[in-house]
Amino acid sequence: MKVEATNPAVEFHDLTVSYDKKPVLWNIDMTLPQGALIGIVGPNGAGKSTLIKAAMGLLPLGSGYVRLFNQSLDEVRHRVSYVPQRESVDWDFPTSVLDVVLMGRYGKLGLFRRPSNTDKEIAMNCLKKVGMEAFTKRQISQLSGGQQQRVFLARALAQEADIYFMDEPFAGVDAATESALLGILQGLAKEGKTVVVVHHDLQSAAEFFDWIVLLNLRLVACGPIKDVFTNKLLQDTYGGKLTVLAEVGELVKNREIPSREKY
Amino acid sequence: MDAFYIIATASLFAISCSILGAFLILRKMAMVGDAISHAVLPGIVIAFLFTGSRDSITMIIGAGILGVFTTFLIEFFHRRARLQADAAIGVTFTWLFALGVIMVSLFAGQIDIDQDCVLYGEIAYVPLDLWISESGINFGPRALYVASGILIINLIFLFIGYKQLYITTFDPQYAATIGVGVTLWNYLLMGSVSMTTVAAFESVGAILIVALMVVPSACAYLLTQRLEQMILLGVLISIFISVVGYYLAAMIDGSIAGGIVTVSGCLFLMILLTQVLKKRGAKTTVSSPENLG
Amino acid sequence: MELFFEFFSFQDASIISVVIGSILLTSSSAVVGTFTFLKKKALLGDAVAHAVLPGICLAFILSGTKNPLILIIGAFITGWLSLITIDFIGSRTKLKEDTAIALVLSVFFGVGILMLTSIQHSGNAAQTGLDSFLFGNAAALIGTDLIVFAFVSLVLFGVVSLLFKEMKILAFDPSFAQVIGLPVKTLELVLTSITVLAVVTGIQAVGVVLMAAMLITPAAAARFWTQNVLHMTLIAGVLGAFSGLAGAFVSYSAPTMPTGPWIVMVISIIALISFFLAPKRGILSRNLQQRSLRHLIMDENLLKELYHIGEKDNTPFKERSIAAIMRERFFPEGQLKSGLIRLKRKGFLVNKDGRWKFTQLGYEKGQRMVKLHRLWELYLSEYLKIAPDHVHEDAETIEHVITPELEARLEKMLAFPETDPHEKKIPY
Repeated sequence: MKVEATNPAVEFHDLTVSYDKKPVLWNIDMTLPQGALIGIVGPNGAGKSTLIKAAMGLLPLGSGYVRLFNQSLDEVRHRVSYVPQRESVDWDFPTSVLDVVLMGRYGKLGLFRRPSNTDKEIAMNCLKKVGMEAFTKRQISQLSGGQQQRVFLARALAQEADIYFMDEPFAGVDAATESALLGILQGLAKEGKTVVVVHHDLQSAAEFFDWIVLLNLRLVACGPIKDVFTNKLLQDTYGGKLTVLAEVGELVKNREIPSREKY
Repeated sequence: MDAFYIIATASLFAISCSILGAFLILRKMAMVGDAISHAVLPGIVIAFLFTGSRDSITMIIGAGILGVFTTFLIEFFHRRARLQADAAIGVTFTWLFALGVIMVSLFAGQIDIDQDCVLYGEIAYVPLDLWISESGINFGPRALYVASGILIINLIFLFIGYKQLYITTFDPQYAATIGVGVTLWNYLLMGSVSMTTVAAFESVGAILIVALMVVPSACAYLLTQRLEQMILLGVLISIFISVVGYYLAAMIDGSIAGGIVTVSGCLFLMILLTQVLKKRGAKTTVSSPENLG
Repeated sequence: MELFFEFFSFQDASIISVVIGSILLTSSSAVVGTFTFLKKKALLGDAVAHAVLPGICLAFILSGTKNPLILIIGAFITGWLSLITIDFIGSRTKLKEDTAIALVLSVFFGVGILMLTSIQHSGNAAQTGLDSFLFGNAAALIGTDLIVFAFVSLVLFGVVSLLFKEMKILAFDPSFAQVIGLPVKTLELVLTSITVLAVVTGIQAVGVVLMAAMLITPAAAARFWTQNVLHMTLIAGVLGAFSGLAGAFVSYSAPTMPTGPWIVMVISIIALISFFLAPKRGILSRNLQQRSLRHLIMDENLLKELYHIGEKDNTPFKERSIAAIMRERFFPEGQLKSGLIRLKRKGFLVNKDGRWKFTQLGYEKGQRMVKLHRLWELYLSEYLKIAPDHVHEDAETIEHVITPELEARLEKMLAFPETDPHEKKIPY
């Protein structure tokens, strides 16, 4: 089951990604529509985070390519924003909430320029949007999990991008934060931005997203939620029919086979 | 006047070290800094043999390259030979340091460093090595100029790269997605660490340089909540320990570098204990209502 | 050279004692170091090594003598203290372990240096030799020193051999050790104690500055030669002993030279050789494996393409020119030719006037490759729902890794299919 987007914001073409020589994504080939809230769903170890890291150029691609707005990542870097998993940074880092959000402006600043007052205003606005304006001077280690996630979202908003890739933004946040984050993401989608979210929880996925990508080492299905969120496809995603694929992955890793032949 | 020269030189080196050390700590690379400070020794000896002098720019650059090479070698053993990370560090720096010490003892007659200097430097001799112009004007100790020069270079590096260092330290993945060269800044930082190590080597020795990098910034890290404050406080602590350390060493007639490190250790211990006690105090106040109930 | 024979004839009693001493010290620390290495605590060993210096100095200041037993006790205490401090800093503050190690290492050493220099300047006559603990001096291993240090080494060997099984589990999987009821806390304590003790004894030969290498480097080198912990421990011990012997020789032939750096140099060179040349795990051997893998892929591809050509005109055993193979699929010419020669040597092809033809064996192998390729394509499109025009590339890789067992399973899963997604016949 694969529905192609009519106005693609992101195109994955035959993408294969290996992690430590072991292929973790096979032949991902799909398009994602503009102006939609898109959920990437699948079991543990399905390669969900790997997929968006590959899209952001954080991992080397075994084969295939990713195009954003029909251009390469380097051409549109300033239009793309990435929100890593909350655990990926050290929250004991000596910095304030506002400073973290200001990082969202760095991409536009270049090497020498310091953030201007306009940048600070934008950052403050973004903090307001996520309901954190009262915490600007707070040291980041004093934030709760939900607040940390809000700060990361504010940083992404400060980038004023057109595509947002988010790695598990709803993981381990409180209910209030969850609905606040969801409201903001839906707002972004309405404004015509594309929001791609790695999501863990199958229950809420049905309510959150317009478009779903079902992933388990390979693309099981992608398309509008009503077409894709079917029992059969979910079973295909979460069922254990892929032992052969996993075994072959191990073989490729152990024998260190290059993931694509050169000629 | 001699005391002033020594303290000034020590302070200037300590400031450079603490600035770089702040980033090393936050990047969890303190032990890589330790490895580099050991591994530049053969570079220093080779440069000595070739140029025959101790304060040439070639020496700093050459040994700086060796420091970056060390980082590369650690990576190489880790990735290509698949040696676990901690062992890769351990094998690399002990090997290079052993090579350096052997060279020091083999070429003892030709170079102006000995084993003691390697370990704890000769900062006490700073006032003896003066920079005197051809017309005979005395400009003061040479090491003072080296220390100032290195500090200026580090300050320029910090000024230009603050934003990049900050973002690649806090969130390297995010930094990469907005187009900041994470590897580049890592190597630039390691290059600065090597350069500073080489310059400060003669004065404080390999192992105590590590203390100057780690201890003041660790103290500052425990006391502050912002990177700018942390760096600034680290600088103040560096000056403080240089002054007090000098007089401690003078008092018991020991190595000045050793004295500085001892003072810094005591300072850290005090901060550590106050923090732990304060935390325990905070806990008991929070839990006291329950005790009452 | 004369010196060499003089040394290795072991006629001088002091030579024998220095040799025995060095070998015991270095090999016992190498053996204990195997477990620190396996527990990925190598850098903690470095911290302990530096931290024993103030202990030695303090013991000397307090006792006023250079009695090895008293110095060992002093060193043991500060070595332990450093580990406790690192643990305390790591668990009670936001400082991370690497900072804690670097901090404790350099501060303890700094305090030690301050004491040592103060002792030296105070002109205490008995201090001579105290600074040989910095870089080691194997030549000093005579008389009571030898007896004390050798005894401690033997204790280390004893503890490791008695608790070998337990230590192995502890290093490999501490939670499993806990589950099967081993006293994990006590074992950790024992391991830490023997690590400190190993450092304390080793410093006489190697010195505090480079002692970490004796814990890390022999184990790291041994790791490349075996997968078995017992063998690894033994190899590390032997390599350690060898470097100790080298150190003793240096100490004999050049008494003013510090022994530590030479010992470390010898063991490091052994380690470097191991990294590059060890069978299976070494860099060179892995590069060779990669090369033979590339050859294998090339060979299998050639057989497959020859089969394809035969499939088209239905004459599988006809002779084919190189140009004909190139028409079927491009290969770089040099690699193509050397591949064909390899295949001829293996008996898959025969060569006649520059044209190439299958043997029966080669034909069967080519057929199998084509079958695997098409089976995998079918698997991808049936099970992974990948469009037929996207499956070829992947199959090009996977055909080379499928084992006979997987082959049988694929055949069964797909029920011995007739054709692949491109309607091509699957040959059996």
